[in-house]
Order: sequence, then structure tokens, then C-alpha cells
Amino acid sequence: MTPTIQVDSLTRTFKGRPAVDQVSFRVEPGEVFGLLGPNGAGKTTLVRLLNGLLEPTGGTATVFGMDAATQGEAIRKRTGVLTETPSLYERLPAIENLRFFGTMYGVPANELGPRINQLLTFFELDARGHDRPGGFSKGMKQRLALARALLHNPELLFFDEPTSGLDPEAARSVDDLIARLSRESGRTIMLCTHNLEEAQRLCSRIGVINRGKLLAFGTPAELARDLWQGTWVDVTLNPAPTTELIQAVKGLSVALNTQVAGEHLAVQVESPKNIPALIAGIVNAGGQIMKVLPREYSLEEIYFKVQEGES
Amino acid sequence: MNWRIIRAIAWKDLQEVRQNRMAWSPMLILPIIFCIIIPGIVLVGGPSLMASDPNAGTDMMDDMQMLMGILPPDLAAQIQGMNGAQVVAYFVLALMFAPMFLIMPLMTSSVIGAESFVGEKERKTIEALLYTPASDRDLFFGKLLAAVVPALLVAWGSFLLYTLVLNTLGWPIMGRIWFPTPAWLPMMLWLAPAFALLGLLASILISSRVNSFMEAYQLTGILVIPVVLLMVGQVSGLLYVGPSLIFGLGLVVWLVNLGLLALALRVFSRKALFGASP
Repeated sequence: MTPTIQVDSLTRTFKGRPAVDQVSFRVEPGEVFGLLGPNGAGKTTLVRLLNGLLEPTGGTATVFGMDAATQGEAIRKRTGVLTETPSLYERLPAIENLRFFGTMYGVPANELGPRINQLLTFFELDARGHDRPGGFSKGMKQRLALARALLHNPELLFFDEPTSGLDPEAARSVDDLIARLSRESGRTIMLCTHNLEEAQRLCSRIGVINRGKLLAFGTPAELARDLWQGTWVDVTLNPAPTTELIQAVKGLSVALNTQVAGEHLAVQVESPKNIPALIAGIVNAGGQIMKVLPREYSLEEIYFKVQEGES
Repeated sequence: MNWRIIRAIAWKDLQEVRQNRMAWSPMLILPIIFCIIIPGIVLVGGPSLMASDPNAGTDMMDDMQMLMGILPPDLAAQIQGMNGAQVVAYFVLALMFAPMFLIMPLMTSSVIGAESFVGEKERKTIEALLYTPASDRDLFFGKLLAAVVPALLVAWGSFLLYTLVLNTLGWPIMGRIWFPTPAWLPMMLWLAPAFALLGLLASILISSRVNSFMEAYQLTGILVIPVVLLMVGQVSGLLYVGPSLIFGLGLVVWLVNLGLLALALRVFSRKALFGASP
């Protein structure tokens, strides 16, 4: 199957300084992909490159199999972008904003009215359609901008810092809408954010970018495995392990590393597949296991570990 | 070219201008000053002033004799046989004032252009617009239409109003329909559109260098300098803005516009707008 996005060694420099530097990754149809990085990491430049708003200095980017550098117009017909700021015409009523952008995206005139009503209802803005967004809260503006991004039923959505500047309640509501969009419509979503909690909730795979370089790419579990070289397993024993038991565990072929703290043993194994062998080894050596827990890393831990490695 | 998109952009921009008093007030104020207040002063106030000064008529006739000697022959023929009040009205309103009518399309298009181009940048709405599939050309020509059409409507509407006011208020002095004079039609149909486009193109180029509507608004003010020079030339007698000068000047402005259009098209492209900095 053709990937929705395929990026190979993509580079873009501004006055000789790289904003995107040799970036390669692919995003599959229906996936929610999170691009994580601090402000100025190159996320927005990447979105612009993928939509054909900028020409790459080197490398290639294809979206739906089309070259982003030369077929931007055709790509933009099938993508929707939520920019970092809502970019709404605050002097025009909400409904006029949507009508204008619907025309720009080529939605047929006879379909535009029903589509606008449907979206205003979906985003709970139907009562405010004739009001100007200048008087809206930030959360409402962001919801209206989301409605705008969906007017033409795009197959691929780019969300650039969708909850930036929103209060926690509004941010949660926008996140819920994104989750709902992904769940109900199966659209491919690329979420650019520095909000790790948001990415953890929404994304199946992530990429970590900083100073234009893609530092890591994969599912959180894959990244954790790469970063911490294997899987740590926390084992609780009762009674606490004896010296002989500890030696026996250390001698197991699957145990790469062993740490002891009272009744807890932390054992590093190569992969989760080795956990049954580890448990069998402990039991055979006389250990009485109360609890076994493969250690999971939060996205925050993964993110900072990646950034730490880079620095 | 996608006319549905071009029309939508033009309509949207005009809606935005309508909401921005700073942008539309010059379109209202200039015609009121040029078409009603100044002609009113000259046509109503002028004769009353001359009537109150017993020497005015004699002085005027002396000045006119001198003037007839230095005027181009076709202009001298136009004012041959006019009395003092008629000559004053003719000179001030039909001749000296003519270049002022170029300021209207120039200012209107440059103000709308600044609002449309730099205003979008300032309010950060341009990014969402550039993410649409509309081509750079369609975006450009939509915005161009939004600025040039109202500029011409204001110029031509003002010209019609001016014609009406001059012939109505001027009837007691002239005793006939005397306006427009021969130079005005080519000026309004050939030179005014050229100046409207000049104002817009200059404002697009200025907009690419500044970040706020106010900066662009102030800088586009420079554009009136050539018109003021034209007026000074006319008042001082160095120039006679007649049909041949209008045609020649129009040709120059249209050629300048061609060059500016090529530059503006290059400046207003996605790759140029985003290509300078991340």
C-alpha cells in the first residue's frame, strides 16, 4: 500500500541554516502520527514542505504518492491544515469564514451550505454561526479552525500545535475532537506538538525532532526498547531474595542486568519474549514471586531521553 | 484561472475592507472634498468674493490678457470669450484640479491593497489561505480585483458626481453644460485605471517589506508625490495636462505597471512568502 507520507532525506535551509535536516520517515494510511519537538524544532517547516508551500533544498517528500515540491496544489486538495494560530477572518461571521474557505477548497456550491451546518453542529458552534469569531473564546476559535480544515473532507490532516495557548479544559475538548475524528473517520493525522501528554493520548507512532533533525521514530514501545536497550522487568518477591537467589538470577542467560532493592528485583532482559524464561528461572531457584511487571516508559521519559542523547 | 476562487477572494477582501474604517474612510472623504466642497467654494464663494472687490474684475482682465499670450493654442481657444468668473472656474476646476482626480484611484487601490496583502500577514490569516489549493495566480488576481475595481468605481463615481456638481453649481456662471472638458475623458478612462493599478502594485511591493497595515499605509502615501508634481507643474504653467500629455503619461504608467506586475507576481508566491525565513 502506498504510504500517505513518505519523506526521504528531506532538507530545507534558510540562509544556509537547516530548519529541516536529512529527515526520513513514512506515515501509513489511517495512522495518527505525532511529531514532537520544542518550538523552532522544524515541525512547521516540515508541514509547509509536505503541503508544497516551500521547496526542499534537498531530498524528497511525497504525499499520496505525489511530489510535494511540484504537485502542491493537487496535494492541498486532499489535505486539511490546522495552523498554530487559528488564522480566522475575525471581521467575518463564522459561517462566512467557512463559506469562503469551502469555495477555496472547491466544495461545490450546492453542497457547501449543508456541509457548513453539519460541521458547525459537530463542533457545537451552530448557535454562533452568525457571530464574528473576534468575540469567540480561544477554544471556540480553534474548533472553528478545525471545522475549516475539514470542510472538503480531507484524507490527511495536519494539526500544528492544536492546543497551544488553550486552557486545560479547552485543550482537552480539542484533543477529544481529534481522537473522535481519527476513530470515526479513519483519517490519517499528523500531529505536531510539544505537548507530550497530548501525543501520548492520541498518537500511535511518534517522531522526535530537534534543530531540524529527526532524532527518533517509532511506537513509544519501540523507542523505549531502543533507548533502554531491552526491557526492564520489576519482580516483587516474598520473602525478599536471598544472596543465593540473586546469584542464580544473575546467572540466567536471559538476565542482562540485575538490581536489588529489598524485596524487589529489577531485571533487564533483551525483549518481552524473554519474560517467561526469567520467571521460570526465578521460580526454579526457589523464589516466591508476588508480582511481575514489565516496566513501561511514559512518552515524557522517552522524549527527554532522546533529547538527552542528542545533547 | 479559476473565476469562482478569484471572485470569492475579491468578495472576502471587500467584506474585510468594509469592516475597516481606516481603509474605507479615504474613499468617502476624498470624493466629498474634491467633488462637493472645493467646487462649492469656487463656484459659489468665488463670484461673491469678486463682487465684493471693485478692482477684481479689472485685475482679472489684465491677468487674462497676459495668460492668453502664454497658453497653448487649443487651450486658449477653449477659454476664448469667457468672462473673469468663467475663466476662474475653468482654470481651477477643469484644469488645475484635474490631477487631483488621479489621487483617488491611486489612494483607494493602495489602501485596499495594503489592507488586503499586509493586513492578512499582520492578522496571521494568510497562512490558512496559502494552505488552500488555490493557485498563487488566482490568489493574486482575486486580491488585485478587490483593490482595482473599487478604486475605479470611486474614481468614475466621483467623476460623475463632479460633472453633476460643476454643471449644476456652475450654471449661473457658465450658463451651459460646460464639463467635462476634452482632457477629462482620456484622463478618467486611460490614466485613472493606470494609476489605480500603479497604487496597488506599489502597495503589494511595499507590503512584502513591512509587517503592518499602518506602515504600508504610510509608505503608500509617497505615491501621491508624482500626482502632486503634476499639479504643481500645471499650476505653475510648466505643464499643460492636455490630451497628448495624458496619453503619453498613461503610456509610461502602463509600462511601469507591466514591470511592477512581473515583480509583484514574484513577490506574492507561496515559495517567496515562506522562503525567506522559517
